[in-house]
Amino acid sequence: MPNKTFFWFFLPTGLAMILFIGLPIISTGIQSFYAQHDQVVKEVKKCDPFGCTVSIVVDQEKTSKIREEKPLGKFNGFGTYVDRNHLAIEEIGKFWSETNSFGEFVDQVTNLPFYKALIFTLTYCLFVTPNVLLLGFIIALSLNAVTRRIRGPLIFGTILPMIVTPLVGSLVLFWMIDAEGIIGANLQMLMDDPYLSLKSSKTLTWITIIIYGIWHHSPFAFVVFYAALQTVPQEPVEAAIIDGASRWQRVRHIVLPHIYPVVTFVALISLMDNFRVFEPIIGFSAEGSAQSLSWLIYDNLVNEEVILFGSAAATSMMTIVGIAILLAPVLIRTWKEFRTAR
Amino acid sequence: MRETNMKKILISLLFLLFGTSAYADCNIKSGSINILANDFPALRTFVETAKGCKGSADFKVTHSSEHNKIAVPALTANPSEFSARIAANSSIVPLMNQDLIRPLDDLVKKYGKGIQDSQLITIDGKIMAVAFMANTQHLYYREDVLKELGIAVPKTYEEVVAASEKIRASGKMQYPYAAAYKAGWNLAEEFVNMYIGHGGEFFKAGTAQPSINNAKGVATLNMLKKLAGLSNPDYLTHDSEAIKVEWESGNVALMTLWASRSGTLLDDDGDAKITAATKLTGPATVAGGNIPAATLWWDGFTLAKNRSDADAEATFRALAHAAANKKMVADAADQAVWLIEGFKPGPKSIGVIEAVKMKAKPYPMLPQMGLMHGALGSEIVEFLQGKESAEQALKDVEAAYMSKAKEQGFL
Repeated sequence: MPNKTFFWFFLPTGLAMILFIGLPIISTGIQSFYAQHDQVVKEVKKCDPFGCTVSIVVDQEKTSKIREEKPLGKFNGFGTYVDRNHLAIEEIGKFWSETNSFGEFVDQVTNLPFYKALIFTLTYCLFVTPNVLLLGFIIALSLNAVTRRIRGPLIFGTILPMIVTPLVGSLVLFWMIDAEGIIGANLQMLMDDPYLSLKSSKTLTWITIIIYGIWHHSPFAFVVFYAALQTVPQEPVEAAIIDGASRWQRVRHIVLPHIYPVVTFVALISLMDNFRVFEPIIGFSAEGSAQSLSWLIYDNLVNEEVILFGSAAATSMMTIVGIAILLAPVLIRTWKEFRTAR
Repeated sequence: MRETNMKKILISLLFLLFGTSAYADCNIKSGSINILANDFPALRTFVETAKGCKGSADFKVTHSSEHNKIAVPALTANPSEFSARIAANSSIVPLMNQDLIRPLDDLVKKYGKGIQDSQLITIDGKIMAVAFMANTQHLYYREDVLKELGIAVPKTYEEVVAASEKIRASGKMQYPYAAAYKAGWNLAEEFVNMYIGHGGEFFKAGTAQPSINNAKGVATLNMLKKLAGLSNPDYLTHDSEAIKVEWESGNVALMTLWASRSGTLLDDDGDAKITAATKLTGPATVAGGNIPAATLWWDGFTLAKNRSDADAEATFRALAHAAANKKMVADAADQAVWLIEGFKPGPKSIGVIEAVKMKAKPYPMLPQMGLMHGALGSEIVEFLQGKESAEQALKDVEAAYMSKAKEQGFL
């Protein structure tokens, strides 16, 4: 496609992207550098049905004046980024000098909210992404091998987990693993431990969420791989059969190289999706044991009675950076291949 | 035949006219009313009563258990989405902090006939809300289970622990105790109650500096852990609704729950035997303290600032009609402890009335309390899971709070 045609073709999408993705990110970025003004409080008498007390309130007259002058708030630079609830630079320095062993230091650091969330997020990505690719590929291969007559219903059944809304899917599983639910109660019987609870143990909660993630994301990988399998040319496959190649050898040397670009694509999308893991934490009410970066943003925005815009914005920006770092190796590789191909 | 039909229509028309004339005192001609409220039976009754006098005003209501998340953004908009917000001691604070609600003095003077002085929430001499019901968390117990095992009704949390251990040892129930320990707001609320029961203060006097990392804080956490050990192992995922279900399935014999939930526990739904044996008592004390380990709450209505005066007036008149409605109070006597004149407390009000008698403290109405509540909800979880010491958990709460308070300009 000539560059000029491409430009006009891309323009509407590009404009929409700038408007709905670019500008909000810039606005979030700006917001992350600001904190609220110092609160001016005053002592007043408060009376309610249970009696009167002297207590403090925010002095609205003075506060509104400051707010009108600087509506964005107090410039805080990277203050929010490095505070204890985010990168915690100061705290980590302190832990480093105060702790005796490396293990103790790691314990202290992983106790900080941001790192706790980062570790869960990375663990989730690390386990879910490869398994989704593998499972999706295996399903696609097996479905590609069954007779055409029953393929339709089978495909429909396979993509069901993706059709089910994430929240509903996780809620159903959540009820099943309840101590009184079908899986939870049977596990207790099997292990002969009446106190076993999938929801109260951190490790088991993580495993549950990861398994749920694989279950939910595999159909996406499957659909893409299945489509790619339809484009595998039959001649080399037939030639390989005649040469006596086994099924595994055919997959390894013909199918995989052919659909390799698609694998990269699915890996990219999966990584991006998994890094933003959020719904299962809400669905499983797993806030106690598993927090992800997206959950931290949600927590700052809705779980407090005050909305912590600065905190949420800082975490959002760091999530974007995190995704960029994760995707960098794949992107660089794709870019190099693109260059050599030209 | 036709004539009788006509008669019927006429009668029903007359009835309709007559029916509406009962609300003629409201006589609201214009304006639009839009209310945001939490979702439990008493609030539904209250809003329905207000609706009865809407006259020709536009009337909308949103009942949502997510009301806290909606309120500030919706009221910040100008004009605000809602003309009124049914708030409580804690949820009025963010509205005050952001200057989102209007003083009601003039409206109370003009249309507030029948509202008692004790219902008025005044801050710095200005009426900011009109309360209509009181709430607290108190003990519920299964009379049959306690009687069978010869256990007296517990008055302290130490007795609750002893009683629960005895029930467990008897083999009747594995997890005899329940409370809303869901990580987040609910769990933090349990900490607040227990800490106040220990006589603790959340902040250094007159400042926003936290002061919970002390012996009282540690004792509070240890008591919460003991109780958690006697609860269903999934306690960190259980909110008020979940423990209500546990209770109704007969898995629990002792429970700390909101007074406003008693109505749904004692209604005709569910196992009649459990319902008959469900009894209410005051909140428990802890560690030999005099005041109960519970906080008193009021629910009341506030009016949005960013909304026209005409809407505010219409909304106030409708809501004031409900907030001074003796008939509603008489009809719905067992839905809540109404603060409205004419309320005769029934058996479902025991919890709140006992709490007031025992001089329970109201939930602290401080501008920075919401941040403390939020920090508690996430940072004490690991202690309950046995992953860190009580001191470390309290240190974490203080540190998490301080970062948030700095961002919000309180420190």
